[in-house]
Amino acid sequence: MKNSLVHRFIPNSAPGVREEMLKVTGYKTVDEIYEEIPEALRFKGELKLPKEPVSEMEVDRRIKRSLSKNRTTQEMLSFLGAGCWFHYVPALCGEITGRSEFLTAYAGGDWADHGRYQAMFEYQSMMGDLLDMDVVSAPVYDGTTAAGDALHIASRATGGTEILIPSTISPNTLATIRNYADPWLDLKMIDHDPKTGLMDLDDLKRKLSSKTTAVFVENPSYLGFIEDQCEEIAGIAHRVGALLIASINPISLGLLAAPGEYGADIACGEGQPMGMTQSCGGATMGILAVNDSDRFLTLLPSYLVGISNTIVPGELAFSWHTLWDRMLYSTRAHARSFTGTSSWLWGISAAVYMALLGFEGIKQLGKTNMQNTQYAIDILSKIPGIKTPLFSSVHFNEFVINFDGTGKTVAVINKALFEKSILGGKDLTNDFPDLGQSALYCVTEMLRKEDIDRLADVLRTII
Amino acid sequence: MTKTNSKTTKYQYQEYADIDTGYQALRWHEPVIYELSRKGSRNEIIPNAEKEIQVKVGDITKKIPKKICRKTPAALPELSEPEVMRHYLRLSQETFGYDSGVNIGLGTCTMKYSPKLNDQLAKLPSIAYLHPLQPEETFQGLLEIMYDLRTWLCELSGMDEFSFLPRGGGHSVYTNACIMRAYHRANGNLHKNEVITCAVSHPCNAGCPSTAGFKVIELHPNKNTGDIGLDQLEAVVSDRTAGLFLTAPYDTGVFDSQLGEYAKLIHSYGGLVALDQANFNGVMTRMRAGDIGADLMHFNLHKTFSTPHGSAGPGAGAIGVKKELREYLPAPLLEFDGSQYHLNYNLPKTIGKTGVFYGVIINVLKAYAWIMSMGEQGLREASEWAVINNNYLIKKMLEVRGVDIAWPNRRKLQEARFHLQKMKEETGIGSAEVNLRIADFGIQTFFESHEPVIIPEPVTPEASEAASKEDLDRFVEAFHQISKEAYSNPEIIRTAPHHCTIHQTNLEPLLDSKRTKVTWRAYQKRGLS
Repeated sequence: MKNSLVHRFIPNSAPGVREEMLKVTGYKTVDEIYEEIPEALRFKGELKLPKEPVSEMEVDRRIKRSLSKNRTTQEMLSFLGAGCWFHYVPALCGEITGRSEFLTAYAGGDWADHGRYQAMFEYQSMMGDLLDMDVVSAPVYDGTTAAGDALHIASRATGGTEILIPSTISPNTLATIRNYADPWLDLKMIDHDPKTGLMDLDDLKRKLSSKTTAVFVENPSYLGFIEDQCEEIAGIAHRVGALLIASINPISLGLLAAPGEYGADIACGEGQPMGMTQSCGGATMGILAVNDSDRFLTLLPSYLVGISNTIVPGELAFSWHTLWDRMLYSTRAHARSFTGTSSWLWGISAAVYMALLGFEGIKQLGKTNMQNTQYAIDILSKIPGIKTPLFSSVHFNEFVINFDGTGKTVAVINKALFEKSILGGKDLTNDFPDLGQSALYCVTEMLRKEDIDRLADVLRTII
Repeated sequence: MTKTNSKTTKYQYQEYADIDTGYQALRWHEPVIYELSRKGSRNEIIPNAEKEIQVKVGDITKKIPKKICRKTPAALPELSEPEVMRHYLRLSQETFGYDSGVNIGLGTCTMKYSPKLNDQLAKLPSIAYLHPLQPEETFQGLLEIMYDLRTWLCELSGMDEFSFLPRGGGHSVYTNACIMRAYHRANGNLHKNEVITCAVSHPCNAGCPSTAGFKVIELHPNKNTGDIGLDQLEAVVSDRTAGLFLTAPYDTGVFDSQLGEYAKLIHSYGGLVALDQANFNGVMTRMRAGDIGADLMHFNLHKTFSTPHGSAGPGAGAIGVKKELREYLPAPLLEFDGSQYHLNYNLPKTIGKTGVFYGVIINVLKAYAWIMSMGEQGLREASEWAVINNNYLIKKMLEVRGVDIAWPNRRKLQEARFHLQKMKEETGIGSAEVNLRIADFGIQTFFESHEPVIIPEPVTPEASEAASKEDLDRFVEAFHQISKEAYSNPEIIRTAPHHCTIHQTNLEPLLDSKRTKVTWRAYQKRGLS
C-alpha cells in the first residue's frame, strides 16, 4: 500500500482511513476499480503540472503577487462602460452573497433550501415590479444570452423567421444573438436617424413583414441615448402580429418607462449594475421576463421559482420545479432553447439591491447618473474639435464623443489618456465605422466632478 | 401587518416530528419581503450628484421625453438597512449550503468544499475593479492566471486550446455545438446535420445541439452493460453525422468500455467527438479526453475544480479543443509571447460569441487557486478518494433493505445509480418520497435521475473527496432508518419532511401553467387559483 498524501481538503486522507474503507469496498487497491477504464484509454504519461500541493498561505502569496500586476479602475480614472459598468456595490450585497449558505448551495429540494428559493422568488417579484411584468425568470447567464433567449421565445410564439434589430445594437449582444438565431432566424438591421440615433420608423415599417417575429429595441441604447419611441414601435410591431423585445438597463427604470408600460412582450437585459463588481466582465446576470403569462410562460427556457403552499395552513413554499417540462431537462432532443447553472447568486444580489434602494433609491441613482453624464457632456462639448453628444437625444449614463474634428484617431487619444492614467471610452471605430473616430464614454455615480474636469483638462492638452 | 408565514396552528403530524433524527432546520417563518415593507423607509446608499453639478445641469430628468418617462412607481418594498440585512440573513440560514451539513446526495453535481481563501482572493480589488476592455497591459496578472489555468487544463485533458467563455455546463455544450456547426459549414459539409447522444448523458448533450439546429438521435444504454455499444452506434451513424456528444463517465458512474471505438467510428464518417466531462472528478490524471479521440470537450469549473455553485450559478465552463478547431473558438484567445500575455481577436473562422466578454473570471481564478493547492499529487489523490468514497457508499447502501443498484456487474467511478424499485413495490415508498424524508436528517436531498428515467425509482448520490467516512456512514444510517419507516409506518415518509424549514409542498399550482405564479404581484392579483 502506497503512503498516501494527507491533504487539507480531503478528510479521509488522514492515516489509516484508506485501508479501513478499501477493506469495506472489497478492492485491494483503488487501481483495481480503475481497471474499469479500458487499458487503452488509461493515461499513463507524465503531466506537466505543478507536482506538490501548496499551503494556503503560499497560494495566497502567489496569487496576490500575480494580481498585484493589475492596474484597476480604482487606481486609474475609467470612462469605460459598454456592457460592464462601474457602479457602487452596496456593502449588503457583498455581505449576503458572501454567506456560505447561498454561495455554496446548489440543487437541493425546496424543503431543504427554502431560503434561496424564497430569495429567488423575491428577485423575480421585485424585478417584475421594476419591469411592470408579471412573469420574470430566475437570472440567465448574462444580458446577451437573455437577448438570445428572448429571440427564441418570440420565434416559438409567432412562428416568424426574422428579427428586426436596431443598427445601433450592442456589438456584444449582436455577437451572441448571431449564434442564438442560427439557423432559426435572420437578423435584419433597422437604420437609425443619424441626428438623434433613434430608430428610423420609416425604415422599420419598410422592413416589417409577415415574416417578422419581433422588433428588438435597446433602451437606453448601447450608444447611451434614450430610445423614446418604444410605445410607437410596439404599436407598429403589434399591428402585424410581431412582438416587441425590449433590452433594458434595470437601474434606468426609476426614470424611464418600464417595458410593461409601453407594451413590450419580452424584456431582457444585463443585471450587473445591481450589486455586481466589474470583475473583468465576469460577474453578470441576464434578466429575462415576459408580459403575457398565457402566451409566453411555457416558452421560457430558464428556471422559474413559483409560489405555492404546503400541507401546513398559511405556510408558503417556493420551488424551481415550476413547469419543469418546459426545460431542456425534459425536452432533450427536441429542445429549442437551453438552460443550466446560471447566475442565481447575482439574482440574490439584485434582490438585496432592490430591497435596499427601493424605488425612490433607484430613481435617485438614475438621476445622479444622468446629471453626472450631462455635466460631462456639457464640459467636454466645449473642447474644440470634439463633438459630443454625437446624437442629440437625452442620454442615460453613456454617450458618444466624436473626435473627427481633432485630426486624431481614438486609438491615439486613448493612448495619450492612458499615459495620464485615464481609461478613455470604448473605441467604436471597428464596430461602428460610419461614426468616424468615435468613442463611447460612460459616466456613473462613481465619478466626481473633479474626475470629469480632469478628463476635460487632459483632453484639451492632448488635442 | 399580515405575516404570510406566521405559525398559527398545531402541526398535524407532530408525532412524526417528535421522532429524533438528530436535526432540526431553522424555521424563521420569514415573511415575503413585501410584507415587511414600511412606507417611506429610505436608505441613502447612492448620493445626489454634487451640488455644483446639480446647479450646472439642473434637473436633467425633466428633459426625458414624456412618452418615455415612467408613469407608475414600481411597488418595491421599503425597508431600513437592518431589516433588509436580517431578512436575507435569515433566508441564508434557511438554506442548506455545502458547508451546512452532509452533502453527498447531489450526484452529477460534484458537491465539494470550496476553499474560503479562494472566495476571498476573488473579491480583491485587484480583480473586482478590472474592466474587460482595459488595455491588456493593465491586467497582465489576471491574464497570467488565465493562461496558466488554460495550460494546466490542456495537460489534464490532452486538448490543445481552451476558452473560458461559457458560464456553465449547458452553455459549454452549446458553444461546442456552435463550433461543430461552424466547422462542418467551413468544410462545405452542410449535409452533416445530425448529432448522436445517449440517454445517460446530461440532457444538455441532446438539448444544446438541438438548439443549435442539429437533428438529435438519442441512444439508450444496454440493459446488461450500461454502455451504448458499438452495434447501436453503427446502426445510426452515417454521412449526415456531424458528431457525437457524450458525457464521460456517464451520469450512472459507468465508464463506457467502447468509447475509443466510438471515436474511431465517428471520425471515419467525418464527424467530431464532443465529450462532456462534468463528471471528471473521479478520473483526474487517469484518462484524458484528447487521448481517446475527443475533438471538443468541456470541464465544469464549478464541479471538479471546486468553485462554489452559488445557489445555481455563477458556474463556469471551460471548453477544450484540438488544434484543428482552435480557430473556431470564441475570440479572443489567450496567447503568451514569452514576456507578455495577449488577447488575440484575429480569428477569421471564430464562431463569435455565445456570451459576453471572457467568461466567469472570478471562477477562473478560484479554479486556478484550487489546482495550485492540490498539485498533481493532490488531484490524483482527490480522484482516488472520490472513487473510494463512492465504492464504500455502494457497499454500505446495498445493505439497506429495499436498495439496489443498476448495472451491478460494472465497477463504478465517481457515482452510481441506485434504485428503490423493491422498496416501492413492497411499501409504496419510492425515491421521491425518500427524498422528502432524508432532509429531516440534516442531509441534503439527493439527485434522482435526469430524464428519461431509465432506471425507475432512481437515487444518484455522489461523494466527492471532501466527504468524510462519518458523512457517508450518516447518509447510510439515515437510509436504514427511512427504510425501516417505509416497511413499518410509511406514513411518516409520505407526510415528510418534518424537520425542515417548510413542510411538504403542494406541487399542483407549480405544474399547471394556468395557476403558476412567479412574482408577488401576480400572486397578489390571483392567488394560487
